[in-house]
Amino acid sequence: MEEKLIKDYSSPGRTAYSLPELDVEKRDLNSELGGYLREDLDLPEVSEVDVVRHYTALSELNYGVDSGIYPLGSCTMKYNPKRNEKLARIPGLSYLHPYQDEDQVQGSLEILYDLKLDLAEISEMDEITLQPASGAHGEFTSLMIVRRYFEARDENRKNVIVPDSAHGTNPATAKMAGYNVIEIASNQRGMVDLAALKEAVDENTAALMLTNPNTLGIFEEDILKITEIVHEVGALVYYDGANMNAIMGYAKPGDMDFDLMHFNLHKTFSTPHGGGGPGSGPVGVKDFLAPYLPKPLLKKGKDKYYWDYERENSITKVHSFYGNYGVMLRAWAYIKTVGGSGLKKTTENAVLNANYLKARLREEFELPYAEESLHEFVLSGSRQKEKGVSTLHIAKRLLDYDQYAPTIYFPLVVKEAIMIEPTETENIATLNRFVETLLKISREIKEDPELVKNAPHNTSVRRLDETQAARNPDLRW
Amino acid sequence: MSVKEGLLYSEDHEWVKKEDDLLVIGVSDFAQEELGDIVFVELPEIGEEFEIGDSFGVLESVKAVSDTFIPVSAKVVEINEVLFDQPELINDDPYGEGWLIKVEAEDLSELEELLSAEEYAEFLEEA
Amino acid sequence: MDYISNTAAEQDEMLKEIGVKAVEELFAMIPEEISLDCELDVEAGISEMELMDLAKEAAAKNKSLEEMTSFLGAGAYDHYVPSIIDHLISRSEFYTAYTPYQAELSQGTLEAMYEYQSMIAELTGMGIANASMLDGGSAAAEAVTMASRISRKKKVILTETIHPAYKEVIKCYGKGHQLEFLELKSNSEIMDPAVIKENIDQETGVLVVQYPNFFGSLEKMEEIAKIKKEHKKLIFVVIANPVLLGLLKAPAEFGADIVVGEGQGLGNGLNYGGPYLGFMACKDERIMLRQLPGRIVGKTTDVDGKEGFVLTMQTREQHIRREKATSNICTNEALNALMATIYLATMGKKGLAEVAEQSYHKAHYLAEKIDQLADFEVSNKENFFHEFLVKSSKDIKEIKAKLLEEDIIAGYDLDKAGKKGLLVCVTEKISKADMDNFVEKLEVL
Repeated sequence: MEEKLIKDYSSPGRTAYSLPELDVEKRDLNSELGGYLREDLDLPEVSEVDVVRHYTALSELNYGVDSGIYPLGSCTMKYNPKRNEKLARIPGLSYLHPYQDEDQVQGSLEILYDLKLDLAEISEMDEITLQPASGAHGEFTSLMIVRRYFEARDENRKNVIVPDSAHGTNPATAKMAGYNVIEIASNQRGMVDLAALKEAVDENTAALMLTNPNTLGIFEEDILKITEIVHEVGALVYYDGANMNAIMGYAKPGDMDFDLMHFNLHKTFSTPHGGGGPGSGPVGVKDFLAPYLPKPLLKKGKDKYYWDYERENSITKVHSFYGNYGVMLRAWAYIKTVGGSGLKKTTENAVLNANYLKARLREEFELPYAEESLHEFVLSGSRQKEKGVSTLHIAKRLLDYDQYAPTIYFPLVVKEAIMIEPTETENIATLNRFVETLLKISREIKEDPELVKNAPHNTSVRRLDETQAARNPDLRW
Repeated sequence: MSVKEGLLYSEDHEWVKKEDDLLVIGVSDFAQEELGDIVFVELPEIGEEFEIGDSFGVLESVKAVSDTFIPVSAKVVEINEVLFDQPELINDDPYGEGWLIKVEAEDLSELEELLSAEEYAEFLEEA
Repeated sequence: MDYISNTAAEQDEMLKEIGVKAVEELFAMIPEEISLDCELDVEAGISEMELMDLAKEAAAKNKSLEEMTSFLGAGAYDHYVPSIIDHLISRSEFYTAYTPYQAELSQGTLEAMYEYQSMIAELTGMGIANASMLDGGSAAAEAVTMASRISRKKKVILTETIHPAYKEVIKCYGKGHQLEFLELKSNSEIMDPAVIKENIDQETGVLVVQYPNFFGSLEKMEEIAKIKKEHKKLIFVVIANPVLLGLLKAPAEFGADIVVGEGQGLGNGLNYGGPYLGFMACKDERIMLRQLPGRIVGKTTDVDGKEGFVLTMQTREQHIRREKATSNICTNEALNALMATIYLATMGKKGLAEVAEQSYHKAHYLAEKIDQLADFEVSNKENFFHEFLVKSSKDIKEIKAKLLEEDIIAGYDLDKAGKKGLLVCVTEKISKADMDNFVEKLEVL
């Protein structure tokens, strides 16, 4: 490996920490804790300089949005504003214990309440919980709300419908909430097939999970018919908010008759992904579902904000405390900074950037769905595949040109899928460079396919053996 | 890609071979090639009974998961435990060392529905 | 302000390439009935200076722990966070990266996660650990559903001495899996192992114990370990405090099958409850690994034979196995896990033990002093680590309110957990002077 493991810097007796001298009497641990005392703890013995240099070296093997374009479809890798980072570290906002009295955290609760109001306005939902700590967590919370709703009505519905283009979290979530998953096929335009939907719904249907625009970036223009078909059998319609960056200021899930939804603060509202987390996945619901939201629910009383624990119909809790507060602060800062018209401009430019890339790439790469798309689009590497070069190779070759790769092999409905979402924060120069690189790779495939098939060549490690990793798991030192 | 003569095949890409009173079941060369490097195998317990078409196991490559379907109603009498440590045998020798299970069939007439090697090869052509 | 860098002229150029005249045309497919005909009712954007003023105004309405001495614990702990942690995680290559799907450009995150898994495995004594869960409560919940899948039994035994919020999260997750919960009561601050023993039957698949428990006491782990040994198919889940494992015996030694907990104390600030991280470790057995939720990093080699790291065992996960996945978890708490990793590297073998040890000595110093006061009694004084239960003839709410006037948060009022008393926590950050002051104020109440 490029940088050795931290434990390999160890030298017996070396330390990196500093603590004050113990200022109370030392007790006899052996007699008091006896059988509970551990004999050995094999952690690194390193100096502070070792730690700093090691993790600095590791950071240099990474690539973030600050390094360049990160066109992962469905991930909305937009720029993470630095002022939000500074704000979230203000001690008066961050050095707070979750069990402090409400009186001592009114400023923070006011921010959270303000965030709730803005999310409700953006989505046309009536009540919001901020508790879920990620998008999938928000999905789970939502499906448990669906479950609780039917329980309260003494109905025992068993099925949740998911389109075949859906993100894997949708079916996994439905299963975790105890539902059977019924997958319905998309039509030739890449949208929900109304006939298939009608066929699938019945009095056993609890909910339909849908994102709009869908994972192909295509807006479900029959959305009102879709929600109507589902509502007709008494089922609920859930909106997966992963793609909110395509519609903010142009349309609202509530107006499309969705009953509940989750937001991804780490996608739409600019909070950093942190190499895989933390995220935050607030859930919004229409009034009739508000009683089932997790507890506590943030409310505004006469003269103060408070956590409402008296919620007998609540699904109870999905998180130990109130969710990822630090992430909420950043999302709030983002909304305050860009404001209502800025959110709309954000959407416009996200869609403009995606359509620009599509216009420039659709000649060279197959576009499996010709339908107009919004903030992201899906190409297929099937032409290139004919030359023996797969989408995976194209993705790896992009890394050689210091650009991150798009999402690949998703959605599953497209063969050799290349799913691209540039976001609004990239400029035309960056987009052009990305286009030119992809066109160059396509030329390379024609002229020297082996070059692409063996990519990457310039990264700190080259193509890694995933088969070996799975067959002989080496998961710790 | 090869289709071995003398075996029976299902459209789910399993093969069946008669061995004394038992039937040996595995997956075809086509199936292992489609899946890629197999890294994990899940097999049933001995004594488990399955109806024709039931899933009796799982094969996993790095990024794909595939169920295996029993081509004939049967009771499992032996499983290929070597595969737990060497799943690559399915890739290397799908018709031999990479066999999955041995079963006692309930009704051998079900075998008549299966494809011959020639028919299976044709089926693959068409698909 | 917004974060868009294309100029109007550039936007026009792009529109031309697309073949439309105005950006609104790109939204033409949205049916008129649902197309917004007015601006969002969200306040106009503000500058950085105005934003910071707004934030400071809000901060001024708070009273943070900078201004107070806090004896609050109950699942979120105010341990010292070395400065280098924030410095290092602020490197944007770390915090602005996505989940490391393209391993070759994500070796930094991946190697750090491998180190994290290694150190969590070491702390808990378990064979393997995943790359983090959302928080302690949800990690506990997912451990229970995992345990039920492995035991293939639906009956779960919870002990009363588990954090009440965790129990709620566990039960919430359990609903989706049709789990059946038996909650064992206790007459003291720990569980009577005999009660656990007599309640395990053929249907029981999972036993959950917290170590140290919600009241800060140590359960009779040796005896519970014996019970576990007698029930081979029972999956034993231990919710542990990772900081205290610097001194305490690893749960593996008491027969734990899965160990989970809140990792916040490992170098993560309080942040009013999140983002924190859940950690999850289990035995290095095939069936365990197959059922483990969440991301896992593995070491492998590249085409040139050079060592490197990848996300592995991904077929367990939702993006491949969809409804058959072990969990729906996707985003985890990678950056918080990185903080925990740097913390463990910095504190090291000696430092972590010292944090636990200082917390222990200080907590016992304070408990003894409080116990000597006329109207107070420490009810678990014989057995606790760094958190203890204070009972009083006086009204707990009043005590808390009076001490707040002196800028002291006396602890967690157990009223919220349906019990009587005050849960007091001491970490290495509390000085003798802080504690003497606390006792003095209690005395004159």
